[in-house]
Amino acid sequence: MNSTTLIVADVPYWGQSLFRVVGGLVAVLLPAGTIVYLFLFKMMSFMQSRLGPMEAGPYGSMQLFAEVGKWLQKEDIYPARADKFIFKLAPLIVLASTFLLVVVVPFGPDAWFTDFETGIFYALAVSSVSVLGILIAGWSSANKYSLLGGLRAAGQLIAYELPMVLAVIGVVIQAGTMNLQGIVLAQNSGSMFGFDGLGNPFVLTQFVGFIIFMISVQAELTQAPFDMPIAESELVSGYMTEYSGFRFLIFFIGEFATAGVFAMIASILFLGGWGVPFAWFGWTTMDSIDNWMNLAGPLILFTKMMGVTFLVMWVRFSYPRLREDQLQRFAWKVLIPISLVNIMVTATLKVAV
Amino acid sequence: MFSAELLIAQNIGFFIIAAVMVVGALRVVTTSNVVHAALWLVVVLAGAAAQYILLAAEFVAVTQVLVYIGAVMVLFLFGTMLTRARIGAESDLNNKNWFVGLGVALALLVAMLIALRDGFGAEKLPADDPLVSTQTLSDQIFGPYLLPFWALSFVLLAAVIGAIVLARRD
Repeated sequence: MNSTTLIVADVPYWGQSLFRVVGGLVAVLLPAGTIVYLFLFKMMSFMQSRLGPMEAGPYGSMQLFAEVGKWLQKEDIYPARADKFIFKLAPLIVLASTFLLVVVVPFGPDAWFTDFETGIFYALAVSSVSVLGILIAGWSSANKYSLLGGLRAAGQLIAYELPMVLAVIGVVIQAGTMNLQGIVLAQNSGSMFGFDGLGNPFVLTQFVGFIIFMISVQAELTQAPFDMPIAESELVSGYMTEYSGFRFLIFFIGEFATAGVFAMIASILFLGGWGVPFAWFGWTTMDSIDNWMNLAGPLILFTKMMGVTFLVMWVRFSYPRLREDQLQRFAWKVLIPISLVNIMVTATLKVAV
Repeated sequence: MFSAELLIAQNIGFFIIAAVMVVGALRVVTTSNVVHAALWLVVVLAGAAAQYILLAAEFVAVTQVLVYIGAVMVLFLFGTMLTRARIGAESDLNNKNWFVGLGVALALLVAMLIALRDGFGAEKLPADDPLVSTQTLSDQIFGPYLLPFWALSFVLLAAVIGAIVLARRD
């Protein structure tokens, strides 16, 4: 992989670390901002036959900065009986889990933060840490609605973690690796019945896995129809009820940044990630990929990510909320059995074919 | 005090993480709030994951995070928050027989020290030891260790079924 490097000059270790930090911030915050403006502000408004924010900047495009400014200048309030240290810690745990998640996402043949051998397994493990932040946010607020919201969130996130892991196993079996870079390579250098013009995106062979993964992502992000933990009509705002100002902002950024990162992981697992079918340019291995792919790759991944996020948001704005018991039954009695069958079928075909 | 070949990044990292783990472990048993104790336990478990990373055992480290922090500790907190988890200090958290536990812990420490010393002594890892990759690990589990793996799976399955039987009232 070192034959094509993006930057020719030797960068010292501190310089590389600085690049990584800046790159990580961009990779987390840029998708989050785009998702909030394009989908949450504009698409939702159009689907509801209204214009959405129009005042700040052309077509309200500066609305985000206005919102952030509003939150930042608010007073930092916490409840009198709250456990203050834990109350302050909780949003940071949620945001940290998002930043740790983006570490394994590859953006191009050489444009990655770390090349973890167990990439997708690491992503699933780190994403489960955010549950901890949500739980203690609910507990430390000293508010029964917050506590109920936190408990609901924990129950839901544990339930939907399982089908998500099981759906990914199908992809891992087919690609033969847990490395996200390897999964991208397997899809783009693959062929379908000898035809390699499209590669072999796993969304075709792992269609069941893709559906289960997207449903689980929807639930992990607590987006409607799985927004029972923050159901405003019964729990005010769930575990976020007592948070205001920049602490609420951290939760808000965490929610949509995680949506962006999960959409990137979904497009890497099922849609070919940063790559185009390698047969188009006659590439066969990682080493033979041209250098310009390091610049085109992030754009391709970003485009696919926006497509996947569009699906998530479309579902969010379209369906009414599931009841708590329906939500649990759906995970344990429908999704998990189907994903287990999917693993069995995939494993059998992998050995037989 | 230390020879130069011991002063490498991995060793320094090991001692920093180990110190954090020891402090965390002591705070688990001395803190006066159940949820704080659980969160200190998270620090200890995360420290163990970091030590696995230092040993270049990626898969074990990630499993530690997924199973212990992502599942066991969340279940722990979930359980305490459902039953009793007040905010602020509680006075009746200490068991009055706590010194028995201290004795057992010390005995276990001595036994492990003796076992490690007897088992490995001054043996050193070969410097050019290839990393244990995830593939090697799975080849071992599904090769020579298949039977113990199956046995463990059955024990876990029995535990799961037992839990369901106990939890169902009808």
